[in-house]
Amino acid sequence: MCDYCFGPLEVTYDYERVAATMTRERISAGPRSIWRYADLLPVADPAPVDLGAGFTPLVRADRLAAELGLGEVWIKDDTANPTGSFKDRVVSVALTKARQLGFKIAACASTGNLANSVAAHAARAGMESIVLIPHDLERAKVTMTSVYGGKVISVEGSYDDVNRLCAELTSEQPTWAFVNVNVRTYYAEGSKTLAFEVAEQLGWQAPDHVVVPIGSGSQLTKVAKGFHELWQVGVLDEEPSVRISGAQAEGCSPVATAFAEGSDAIRPVKPNTIAKSLAIGNPADGWYALDAIRRSGGSCAAVTDDEVREGIQLLARTEGIFAETAGGVTIATLAKLAAQGVVRSDERVVAMVTGHGLKTVEALAGVVGPTATIAPTLEAFAEVMEGDGESMNGSHAGGAR
Amino acid sequence: MSVTVRIPAQLRTLTAGSGEVAVEGSSVGEVLKALDSAHPGFGDRLFDDAGALRRFVNVFLDDEDVRFLDGLATPVAAGQSLSIVPAVAGG
Repeated sequence: MCDYCFGPLEVTYDYERVAATMTRERISAGPRSIWRYADLLPVADPAPVDLGAGFTPLVRADRLAAELGLGEVWIKDDTANPTGSFKDRVVSVALTKARQLGFKIAACASTGNLANSVAAHAARAGMESIVLIPHDLERAKVTMTSVYGGKVISVEGSYDDVNRLCAELTSEQPTWAFVNVNVRTYYAEGSKTLAFEVAEQLGWQAPDHVVVPIGSGSQLTKVAKGFHELWQVGVLDEEPSVRISGAQAEGCSPVATAFAEGSDAIRPVKPNTIAKSLAIGNPADGWYALDAIRRSGGSCAAVTDDEVREGIQLLARTEGIFAETAGGVTIATLAKLAAQGVVRSDERVVAMVTGHGLKTVEALAGVVGPTATIAPTLEAFAEVMEGDGESMNGSHAGGAR
Repeated sequence: MSVTVRIPAQLRTLTAGSGEVAVEGSSVGEVLKALDSAHPGFGDRLFDDAGALRRFVNVFLDDEDVRFLDGLATPVAAGQSLSIVPAVAGG
């Protein structure tokens, strides 16, 4: 960050020089990971710290589109990353740079997804890891962090409390690479690869509208930057005009609130939502995300926890993709913006689904479960199926629950 | 009364390397102004032209962000400590 004002530093590239070498052919010949876009990442390393992050599926979502009254909708399925979230993109970049800079210890404050990814990539790199998490994280996220053998410190407080502790620790432990503090500049650039991949997977075209979840606001800002950079280096033929809309949970919606009020000031909030991976009450990049949304002609909305659960189920039911709560926020916000006519049926729309549902199964406790529990007999099975209007011999009408 | 202020690494050039300094004041604003008097330069780093805390500067009174209290007008009691903390990216 900037030593003077504490604002985030922005990486700039010599775009003319990158343009001289970066071509569609060169990218296509590269690895099927974020590293195929190494020319526009802030670190060069022939052997990066890599578990295979990126190049995740871009799935055409016609059933979802039909339910929402939209035309062309795509899901960027980042649940398919090595530790199940988009954080693998940023951590692979951050730890590759951290290792180059001579750091031996990787650290972070995390709402869970970053914790999983830092612990895994540190193990891959042979680095030590020290991860600080709020004490009330989902169980899977804690296990998925602890299993890699690093130190996991559970802090009695909110994510914002953990973040503050981490920021203070950075002053005391300058030899640790805090991925979202002192190597944040490199870390954040990894999110651009979401935009790079979407454009490549759409046949080197930018979409019309992208819906991105907002925690700190960094991902949204970098997605905007990513589309623009591809044009700057000549990989896209036309200057992209992508509307970018932000998605938040009502229980933590400082950016959506500022957008609705037409304000530039992001007032911190105390988060209270099941979408813990987005529960950042004081988003460091919030102002930049707001600016990117407004400049693009996009929007920003917030959804209730019930809408988040419905969003998770809607995506699973229509497209076979199980997202964590942040993905539920994105889908529910997409539905809301579609209903408002903000996301239009004549647009090619991409929704960023950034984490796997197995990380947050608690969110669906009591909402989904077995259709029936029966004795192990044919009669009992037949009874259940008939009770639901089904026949064991007939065709399935669908929707059995 | 004397209040302890915790200084982040980026601002320790203003305190000759010290991570904690004691200054006088009975509100958050007074304490930070006293900090600027004792160690010139803090004012520019912490406040914008309108005299408000800069966007990426967080100030905590004990464990609470002063934006959730009365901001710079928040009273400070003896024995409390202020922490100046940079905003951090998400995770």
